[in-house]
Amino acid sequence: MKRFIGFIKKEYYHIFRDKRSLFILFGMPIAQIMLFGFAITNEINNVDIAILDHSKDADTKEIINKVSASKYFSINQIIEKESDIEAIFKKGKVKAVLNFEKDFSKNLIKERKATIQIITDATDPNTANTISNYVNAILAQYQKELNKDVTVAYQIIPRTRMVYNPELKSVYMFVPGVMTIILMLVSAMMTSISITREKELGTMEILLVSPLKPIQVIVGKVFPYIFLSIINAVVIVILSIFIFKMPVQGSLFLLALESILFIISALALGILISTISATQQTAMMISLMGLMLPVILLSGFIFPISSMPLPLQLISNIIPAKWFIIIIKGIMLKGVGFQFIWKETLILMGMTVFFIGLSVKKYKIRLE
Amino acid sequence: MSNNHVIKVEGLTKMFGDFTAVNAITFEVKKGEIFGFLGANGAGKTTAMKMLIGISTPTAGKANVAGFDVFTNAEDIKKNIGYMSQKFALYDDLTVKENITFFGGIYGLSRKEIKGKSEILIKELEMEKAANKLVGSLPLGWKQKLSFSVSLLHDPKIVFLDEPTGGVDPITRRQFWEMIYKTANRGTTVFVTTHYMDEAEYCDRVSIMVNGTIEALDTPKKLKERFKTDTMNDVFLKLARG
Repeated sequence: MKRFIGFIKKEYYHIFRDKRSLFILFGMPIAQIMLFGFAITNEINNVDIAILDHSKDADTKEIINKVSASKYFSINQIIEKESDIEAIFKKGKVKAVLNFEKDFSKNLIKERKATIQIITDATDPNTANTISNYVNAILAQYQKELNKDVTVAYQIIPRTRMVYNPELKSVYMFVPGVMTIILMLVSAMMTSISITREKELGTMEILLVSPLKPIQVIVGKVFPYIFLSIINAVVIVILSIFIFKMPVQGSLFLLALESILFIISALALGILISTISATQQTAMMISLMGLMLPVILLSGFIFPISSMPLPLQLISNIIPAKWFIIIIKGIMLKGVGFQFIWKETLILMGMTVFFIGLSVKKYKIRLE
Repeated sequence: MSNNHVIKVEGLTKMFGDFTAVNAITFEVKKGEIFGFLGANGAGKTTAMKMLIGISTPTAGKANVAGFDVFTNAEDIKKNIGYMSQKFALYDDLTVKENITFFGGIYGLSRKEIKGKSEILIKELEMEKAANKLVGSLPLGWKQKLSFSVSLLHDPKIVFLDEPTGGVDPITRRQFWEMIYKTANRGTTVFVTTHYMDEAEYCDRVSIMVNGTIEALDTPKKLKERFKTDTMNDVFLKLARG
């Protein structure tokens, strides 16, 4: 135990005397969560749109009113003819044009359908997509109001409510993802780097010749990072609660346990990486390319897994981060208990055991 | 095994697949002896040494180090030996004192022992002023000497030095060898590998490895007589070229 404490102390010196490690450990989580929270956003606010109304009747007026009343859009301009559309897009300020067909109300009553064209500036496909979704939502709402008047049966007005993220705040979606990335980064990359550093410097050899058992050496190296990762997770949760006002719906205790499970699986991956890389640079490259990229691209953090091609969907299953994101989204956003996430937890546990087993085996081979 | 022999090796062999890195070597090292372990790069020196210090399991043969068998008691061997690798292996981002405390700690010394020993050690090395400086800021020669002293912290029976003077200036090398003599006089056996043939002359006995086998083992004087040369360098060249 005394040896262990000495080891931890040494590791503490390494971390706190190295500005680069310190930055990755403590600067990064805060910078990332701020970046994702504030800068990268799927929301739209007061997007400038233009109206081209060929009918100018009661229905189109009502729809225009509804659109301009929503905080997502502000009507920048009313144009009169089709040829104006291109000119207005070229100016760049207006992101979408709503084009009502001629005799909108008449068609609606007579043929029970009327057309509205939503033209969006797709140079920014994400925004274009969001705009079109929002306009569609407003239209759907209006359609329902119309139906209410004609059919007695539809007296209950169904309200479209965005569950879990009523204001469609993207930061709610990003917090679990950022937390996953940070824990992966700190746990896997930092441990693999710190272990390979000892290999590179030759101190690992000295440690292995000492009476310390290899397992003690590894646990001693990894332990401080468990502790630091937990601190990081706590910082992220606190930031998201107090700065982004994102409530944690579920049990904090469960969240902590699941996070520790994920941290351990990431640490095992870190050890695994350190056994196959000879230098710090290699360890860093493998961590970045082999862990960070899949975590960012394939875990469902940014791109929904359901819209990926099948092969990628299958690959995403072997990424621990995917399961962890499902778990913490469940706990943080939906407030679910263990009974809803036990399957994911079990998968994550299985992966963790597998990684630990593999890295112990690899580590022994390396010793030979 | 007689009490006089702290290392006793018989037919020690290490194979990596089909490749025989160390081929049935046999030798003994006496207590308090300075034993030079020579050989060209790739001759099998490091592999042989790794088996003796308990971090590599031999394929065949027998070896007893500090009274313990390398097959069954590798952990006990580790407690009784010191090791200094060819790469300088203290922590650059720890101070001199912190390094001593850390390595003393992993060898299980008590806080009191560490305190006492580090005071003596720092005084002997005349590093009083540098005691609280980061090791990374010290000149290489100082680091090597410190590294050697740290490997002796727990009073090992044998100390293994793997090319300890690589890249060090002649004056520091001279001082380093004085430290080795002092250590041997205290009864600690010194097992040293080196590239410098002039250093081989300082050893009590020298073994020369070629392609995994020990081709010669004797005192430097007798080896020179046998090969009818004036320097160990020539002995080595004659052997290595076959």
